[in-house]
Amino acid sequence: MTFDERRKQAISDWEALQQSDKPHILVGMATCGRAAGAAAVLATIKEELARLGIEALITEVGCIGMCYAEPLVDIIKPGRPRISYGNLTPETVKQLIEEYLVNDNPRPDLAMGTIGEGSVEGIPELAELPIMKPQVRISLRNCGHIDPADINQYIANGGYSGLIRALKMTQKEVIDEVSKSGLRGRGGAGAFTGFKWERLWEQPGDVKYLICNADEGDPGAFMDRSLLEGDPHSVLEGMLIGAYATGSSHGYIYCRAEYPLAIQRLETALKQMEEYNLIGDNILGTDLSFNLEIKEGAGAFVCGEETALMMSIEGKRGMPRPRPPFPAQSGLWGKPSNVNNVETWANVSAIFQRDAEWYAQYGTESSKGTKTFALAGKVVRTGLVEVPMGITVGDIIYEVGGGIVNNKEFRAVLTGGPSGGCLPASKLNLPVDYDSLTQAGTIMGSGGFVVADEDTCMVDMARYFLSFTQDESCGKCVPCRVGTRHMLDILERITRGEGQPSDIDLLERLATTIKSTSLCQLGGTAPNPVLTTLRYFREEYEEHIVEKRCRALACTELIKFFILPDKCQGCMICLRNCPVDAIIGDRRMVHIVDQEKCIKCGTCMDVCPDRFSAVVKVSAEEIEVPSEPIPVTASRPATKKEDAGETATND
Amino acid sequence: MGEITLTIDGQEIEVDTGVTVLGAAQQAGIYIPTLCYHPDLTPYGACRLCLVEIENMRGLPASCATPATNGMVVRTKTPQLQEFRRGVLELMLSEHPHPCLTCWRRERCGPFDICLRSVDITQRCVTCPKNGTCELQEVVDYIGIENVELPSTLRGLPIDRENPFFERDYNLCILCGRCVRVCQEVRGVGAIAFTSRGSETLPGTAFGHALRDSDCRYCGACVDVCPTGALIERRRKYEGLPDTRVTTTCPYCGVGCQLELELKDGHIMEVLPLRDNDVNHGQACVKGRFGITEVVHHPDRLTTPLIKKNGKFEGATWDEALELIASKLSGFKKNEVVVISSAKCTNEDNYVVQKFTRTGFGHNNVDHCARL
Ligand SMILES: Cc1cc2nc3c(=O)[nH]c(=O)nc-3n(C[C@H](O)[C@H](O)[C@H](O)COP(=O)(O)O)c2cc1C
Ligand code: SF4
Ligand code: SF4
Ligand code: SF4
Ligand code: FES
Repeated sequence: MTFDERRKQAISDWEALQQSDKPHILVGMATCGRAAGAAAVLATIKEELARLGIEALITEVGCIGMCYAEPLVDIIKPGRPRISYGNLTPETVKQLIEEYLVNDNPRPDLAMGTIGEGSVEGIPELAELPIMKPQVRISLRNCGHIDPADINQYIANGGYSGLIRALKMTQKEVIDEVSKSGLRGRGGAGAFTGFKWERLWEQPGDVKYLICNADEGDPGAFMDRSLLEGDPHSVLEGMLIGAYATGSSHGYIYCRAEYPLAIQRLETALKQMEEYNLIGDNILGTDLSFNLEIKEGAGAFVCGEETALMMSIEGKRGMPRPRPPFPAQSGLWGKPSNVNNVETWANVSAIFQRDAEWYAQYGTESSKGTKTFALAGKVVRTGLVEVPMGITVGDIIYEVGGGIVNNKEFRAVLTGGPSGGCLPASKLNLPVDYDSLTQAGTIMGSGGFVVADEDTCMVDMARYFLSFTQDESCGKCVPCRVGTRHMLDILERITRGEGQPSDIDLLERLATTIKSTSLCQLGGTAPNPVLTTLRYFREEYEEHIVEKRCRALACTELIKFFILPDKCQGCMICLRNCPVDAIIGDRRMVHIVDQEKCIKCGTCMDVCPDRFSAVVKVSAEEIEVPSEPIPVTASRPATKKEDAGETATND
Repeated sequence: MGEITLTIDGQEIEVDTGVTVLGAAQQAGIYIPTLCYHPDLTPYGACRLCLVEIENMRGLPASCATPATNGMVVRTKTPQLQEFRRGVLELMLSEHPHPCLTCWRRERCGPFDICLRSVDITQRCVTCPKNGTCELQEVVDYIGIENVELPSTLRGLPIDRENPFFERDYNLCILCGRCVRVCQEVRGVGAIAFTSRGSETLPGTAFGHALRDSDCRYCGACVDVCPTGALIERRRKYEGLPDTRVTTTCPYCGVGCQLELELKDGHIMEVLPLRDNDVNHGQACVKGRFGITEVVHHPDRLTTPLIKKNGKFEGATWDEALELIASKLSGFKKNEVVVISSAKCTNEDNYVVQKFTRTGFGHNNVDHCARL
C-alpha cells in the first residue's frame, strides 16, 4: 500500500469510529490516570458492558491534562456529543455506564463537560471551562483524543502530513520555515530551533546525530512524559522533519528509565513506522534515511544537560563538558549533533502540519507559540496545561488553575523547577515568555509551575530546591559542587534559627560566584531559587535570622505549640495522641505542652477538636500557660451529642 | 607562522589552528592560573580558574577548553575575573586544608619549619609531601587569598595505603580529574573514575574496591599528574625536595624510556618519566616508575663485575672482566660459542651484541634472557 492509500484508509476508519452506532468510550490511561485508579475504572467498564450486554468501542488514550480530575472517561454515544467525566471510581463508573448507556441519563453530576458540537443539558462545554478556555493545545493536540498505540489515528488527524510537506521543500526552506515560526527550544534555555538546525545543516559530513531529550529531570515536571505517552508520533514526526532538514542519518531518544509506559509507546510507534516505511532507509520512497534508537537514561538530573546526555549515550559517566565545541560541531561520538526537547519536536510536527504563520500568531514578539506547564502545588486544579506565550502568571494560577486551595493567600510561584525562581504576588501580571521571566530572575525552564500559599516558608522552599540541585550536581566543577553545598548549609542554619546577619551577604556572594563561574547551567541556575527569594522575600530571611521567626510557621525549629488555658477542655485527646508523651494533663484539667520534649510534629493541633481549637502554633512568641495542669475553666462550647470528651475524634 | 591571530591582554599573538586560548597565552608568556589543565590530557574545564573574558562570547569561557579563533579579543586579568577566581579558589580551599596556604608569614616559613602556631598537624603544608611542588600553592600565590571565610569542611577520610607504591589521600584531592583522565585517555586502563554525585564526588575504583582488585597497573601516571599531595609515591613521602635531577634511560627493557631521577645527597628519591622525548612521552611502567630506587640502593646489588678466584667471587674492574672474557673466548672455535644478551639492555646495546656475534663468530647463535 502506498502511504496515500494508508492515509485514506486511516481517515475513513477514523470517521467510521466517530460515526459508529456503538457507544465509544475513551479512558485516560496515561501514567497519571493509572496512578489515580484508571485501570480499575477500565476493568469495571468492561465488566459492566459485558453484564449489560452492551457492545461498545473502548480506546485507551493519553492524558488530557486535567490531573486533578483523574481518572477521566469520555463517552460518545451515537447522536450525542462526547462527554467527559472526571473523578470516577469503580462505583460511580458502574452507575454511569448503566444509567447513560441503558437509561440515557448522561449524569451531569459526574460530567466535566462536552467536547465538540452539540450540547447536553446541565453539562457545560469543556472548551468553555476556565481551565480550558485560555489553553491552546498545539503540542498536546492529540493527547487524550487518539489512541497513542495506533498510528492510523495519528495519521487520520493530520499526522505525517507535516513530513510530506517538508519533504517537498529544500532543506534550507525547511529550516527557514522553523526560523519563521519563531520556535524556541522547550527544554529550558529557549534557544532558537531554526538557528540550531542551521548550525547542524551547514556542517559537512554524512554522519550527523539528532537527539530527542526525554530525560525530564525536573521534580514535578511531566509534560514530556504525557506527550510521549499520549501522542508519540507527533514527536517522531518532528524528528523526521529535523533529520531531513539537517541531513542527519541517526537519531536517539534519550528517555528516563522511570518512564516505562513512554518507552513502550515509543517502541510500538517505531514498529508501526517501520511497517509504514516511515523509518529506516529511503523513507516514503525518498532519499531520506533515518534510524532511531531509544536509550534509557541513567537517572541523573544532570544527564538532561545536552553534553552530559551525549556522554551518557556513549556509555560514560554523564558529566557536562565545556562548550565550544558546540554539539553541532562535535557532539555524540565526536560527530555533529543536535539535541531538542520532546515538546520542541512535537511543535515542529505541528508547524509543518499547518504552517509557520499560523504558529507564529500565538505568543509574543520574542516567544512564539505555546508552552505546556505542569501546574502543581497549592492550586485548585493541578495538571498539564498548554497556554499561549504571553499569558500572565496570574491567569495561569487563577483562571486555568482555579486559584489557591482553600482560598488561602497566594505567596509565590516557582517556575522552571529547581533552576528557576520564585515570583511574588507583585509579579502576577508578568507575561509568561522567555525574556520576561529571565528579567524577573527566574526562567521558563521546561515548564514546572509550582504554586505556594501562605503556609509555605520561602526560605524553606529555597532550601528544598537547593538541596535537590546540590544532590544532583555532577561534582565536576568547583563552584557548583562546593558552592551549592555551602549555600545549602547556610540555608539550613537559617531555617534552624541559627542564621547570622552576615549570612545574607554571604549567600549573595556565593550565588554570584556560582552563577558566573559554573561549567554548566545546572550550577549556573542553581542559585536562582535563593536569589529570587532574597529579591522578593528578603524580609522573611531577616525574620528568620534576627527574630528567629518563621511567618509561615513551617520551619519546625522556629515554632512552638501551646495549649491555650482558656480554651482547653481537658479532653485528653491530644495527650493520648502525642507520639512522645510531651503533653501533661488530666481529665478536665488544662493540658500543657512540655516544650523540652515536644518534637513539633503538630499532632496535638490536628487532633484537638475544631470546636475547642485549643492548640496554637506560634513562632517567636511565647504564650503564658500554667506551670502545671489546673482545673478547666473554659466554658464548654455548644456541643453535639457525640462530641462528649473522650469519644470525640477529629481528622 | 600561525594561521590565527588573536589579542590577549592587548598583545597580538599568532598561533596555529587548534590551539586553545590558554595555549596561546602560554605561548606569549601570559600566565593564567590552571589546575585541571594538563598538556597531555583533553581539556576538562572543571577548576574554573582559567576563566577569561572574551569579547562577543557569553559568560566567562574556560581558556583551557576554548579554541582560539581569528580576531578574538581576550582579557585574562580584569578585576572581575580575579574576584571570581578568588571566589572559586576560596571554595576549593574550604574543602582542602588551608591554614598554611593563607598564613600571613608563609613566605618566611621554610619548607621544613615546624610551625608552633595553632595549625593542626594534619593541616600543615609543611608536613605535606607536595610542599614546594604543589600546584595549588602556586595558584594561591598568584591569586592571593588572605582568609577563607567559609567554614572548613574537610573530608576526614582514611588514607589509602593498600599498595606498596603510592598512597591515596583524598582529603587533599581537588577533583581536577587529571588522574582519571590520564588513566583512561593515556594509559587506556580506566581503573579509576569519579564515583558518587554532588559534594560526595571523589575519584575511586568501581564499587570502591581496592586498587589491586581493579584494573590498575601501578604505572603511576596518576601520581605524576596529580597537582596536589593526594597521590604520592610512598617511598619519597617525607624526603622533601631533591637537590639534583639526572636524566637517564630506564634499564629494565629495550624501549628506552627516558627517566628523570630526583636525587638528594646522592640518593634517588623518585624516578619520574620524562615528558619531552619521543620515546615515552612522560609515561613509564610500574618497573621503571617504582622499581628503580630500591634496586639501585639495595645492599645486595652488584656494582662491579665479579671474577671467581679459588672458588670465591671477588670484585674486579670492567677491564679485568673483559680481558678475562676475551682471553677465554679465543680458546674456543667460532661455532662453540653462543651469546646470550639481556632484555634489560637497550636496543643499541643489543644491536651491538648481535652484530658482534654475527660478524665476529659468523653465526646466528645469539639470544637473550627473555626467551630462556
Ligand atoms: C542540568 C540541566 C538539566 C537539563 N534537563 C533537561 C531535560 O530534562 N530535558 C530537556 O529537554 N532539556 C534539558 N536541559 C536542556 C538541555 O541541555 C538542552 O538545552 C535542551 O535539551 C535542548 O533542547 P531545546 O533546544 O529543544 O530546548 C537541561 C539542562 C541542564 C543544564
Ligand atoms: S555546574 Fe554542576 S552539574 Fe554542571 S558541570 Fe559543574 S558540577 Fe557538574
Ligand atoms: S597507577 Fe596507572 S593504572 Fe593505576 S590508577 Fe594510576 S594511572 Fe591508572
Ligand atoms: S587525586 Fe589528584 S589528580 Fe586525581 S582528581 Fe584528585 S587532585 Fe586531581
Ligand atoms: S584549567 Fe581550565 S577549568 Fe581548570
